[in-house]
Amino acid sequence: MSGIAGTKSSLTWAVHLSLAVMVLLWLFPTTGLLVSSFRTADQISTTGWWKSMFASEQNLTLRTAAPDYQTTQDGNYVIQGNLFEGSAAATISVWGISSRAIDDYKAGDTAQLKKGGTVTVEVNGDYLMQNTEAFTGKRGQRIFATAEKPPEFTLGNYEFVLFDPSNREGLAKAFFNTLTVTIPATIIPILVAAFAAYALAWMDFPGRALLVAAVVGLLVVPLQLALIPILKLHNEIGIGKGYLGAWLAHTGFGLPLAIYLLRNYMVGLPRDIIENARVDGATDFQIFTKIVLPLSFPALASFAIFQFLWTWNDLLVALVFLIDSTGDTTVMTKQIVELLGTRGGNWEILATSAFVSIAVPLLVFFSMQKYLVRGLLAGSVK
Amino acid sequence: MNPALQALVTIIVGVGGCVGYFYFSNQFLDKVLFPAKGPNIARNITRANMIRPWLFLMPALLALSVYLVYPVVETLRLSLSERLPGNESRFVGLANYQTMLEDAKFWEAMRNNVIWLLVVPALSTAFGLLAAQLSDRVRWGNIAKSMIFMPMAISFVGAAVIWKLVYDARPIDQDQIGVLNALYLFFGGTEPQQWLTKLGWNNFYLMAVLVWIQTGFAMVILSAALRGIPEETIEAAIVDGASPIQVFFKIKVPQIMGTIVVVWTTITIVVLKVFDIVYAMTNGQWETQVLANYMYDKLFRAVDWGVGSASAMVIMLMVSPILVWNIYNARKEMK
Repeated sequence: MSGIAGTKSSLTWAVHLSLAVMVLLWLFPTTGLLVSSFRTADQISTTGWWKSMFASEQNLTLRTAAPDYQTTQDGNYVIQGNLFEGSAAATISVWGISSRAIDDYKAGDTAQLKKGGTVTVEVNGDYLMQNTEAFTGKRGQRIFATAEKPPEFTLGNYEFVLFDPSNREGLAKAFFNTLTVTIPATIIPILVAAFAAYALAWMDFPGRALLVAAVVGLLVVPLQLALIPILKLHNEIGIGKGYLGAWLAHTGFGLPLAIYLLRNYMVGLPRDIIENARVDGATDFQIFTKIVLPLSFPALASFAIFQFLWTWNDLLVALVFLIDSTGDTTVMTKQIVELLGTRGGNWEILATSAFVSIAVPLLVFFSMQKYLVRGLLAGSVK
Repeated sequence: MNPALQALVTIIVGVGGCVGYFYFSNQFLDKVLFPAKGPNIARNITRANMIRPWLFLMPALLALSVYLVYPVVETLRLSLSERLPGNESRFVGLANYQTMLEDAKFWEAMRNNVIWLLVVPALSTAFGLLAAQLSDRVRWGNIAKSMIFMPMAISFVGAAVIWKLVYDARPIDQDQIGVLNALYLFFGGTEPQQWLTKLGWNNFYLMAVLVWIQTGFAMVILSAALRGIPEETIEAAIVDGASPIQVFFKIKVPQIMGTIVVVWTTITIVVLKVFDIVYAMTNGQWETQVLANYMYDKLFRAVDWGVGSASAMVIMLMVSPILVWNIYNARKEMK
């Protein structure tokens, strides 16, 4: 459109700028979650995630090595080492030996210890404790330091959330449960809907228009109405709460959209092909399986993506039809809601769990976006 | 049985069953019931073709009637009756509705739902239209669209976590980790705010989440509609000296009005059913109750099926105008 007369260059800049602002605004919240999931609990709770790319100043509580490790040099007892052993390096600006005065000394200064002896702490965290008598006690001296820490990211959260067997709130099980719900609940309605859509698109019978209208009507019926009646029904026929109930419910609730999308698509297929096949003696069953179904692949893919996203992200159906009191069948959405309640402050766990649950839909989204857009357009624009 | 195995078996049984049903029922119809041979061949073929559509439709019709039609009727019945011990129930007329109308929480939910209905579709459509118009004019438009569309793939629960982090508040003497409070303090706020507990305003912070999700949907559809506008109309307007703003509002918007209405109503339906966001972020506390969550509360926490069903019927009632309008349009189109 840039070639059209009347488009001013100043306006073009405004367009670029406002679109960029909008994109950033829309990306910012998700980015926060993603970045947070790679930070340690300490980092998340002390600084905003947007500062994580830069070095940050933190108040740390560190400890020297225990008196067990002391050595003697020239008649003095000495303990030395680095305060950041086992963790990432940092730059100390000020430090102290009491929690009430954490900035008493500058890096390089020497402090007198209450129990006798001295301690010197350098910028890079090297320390030297000296005393004329032996150091006593079981644990090392506490050092309170204000340090500049470089950006640091960790995969520890993911390890903890997904693979740590001691973590009873781990997400691995819920991940598989979600997958278990999703796959049959995506495949079965497609098949059922495809046959129905073919009948509604290419077969002539009394009441067809009425049925199409009914499907359009059912598209908007809130599934909230189905909760109690269907739960009652499931209990009466012995399904109770469980996977079977969830699969059936998802199938039922997904059908109107499936039939609607597929029928709209099938109606648009060229009439000639189907009529020719009929003339050649093909039965409806053959026409459907050999011609219509392969040609309808884009529409089938669209619906499959919709249904996948919807069942993967669903909370209500799982709450009502799937998760029983044992909690063995809990899905990720439910588990995250629970974490929000019990671990509301533990952002490292929350962010990681949430990101695990949205990673798969995002993957599907970015790899199959074309079909998703096509389906949306077929579903709403007439 | 191992759930994964059970799922596999279900897929095989489900898919196999469906294929088997369709194949064998057709075979039965053609070979056994009305064979296309013998003295009555013409009559048999006609009869088989009269029955066949219903073979194709049967599983779908069965599922639709059990999972969608029956619940509407049953919910209506439950809303008019009272539960008695031993799986019995008694017709009580409108008593449940009366109880519901006297419940302050119900009116809070109604009020909030009306605000949601006014704000979310309007903002989502407006932002969507803006994004569509802007991205159609730059070369990196497709990437921009992808990014704005992305929240569509994120679950409401995931979105709730994402936005809770945005709204997080820390005591004043600590660094803020929620963007909103960091910005608020940066621009001269004195005290970090607990956004989700601020009565009245908190509803809007919840709505922001849904607007964030739905804008992408509106954008995709409106962008396709904008591209469908005949170039001549725009060129004619420019030749006549219309400014870009005038072209947008006087030429483009009127031509895609039909699509805007479709987008608006689709988002309206999403809003009417909104549950997860409120359930996960505030659970209806601090006056953020909405109908769907109120209903869930009544059904599964208070175990009051009567009032719960009555509120479900209210949601159904609010959806009905759109339902009728959709059917009307679909029928018009089929003729």
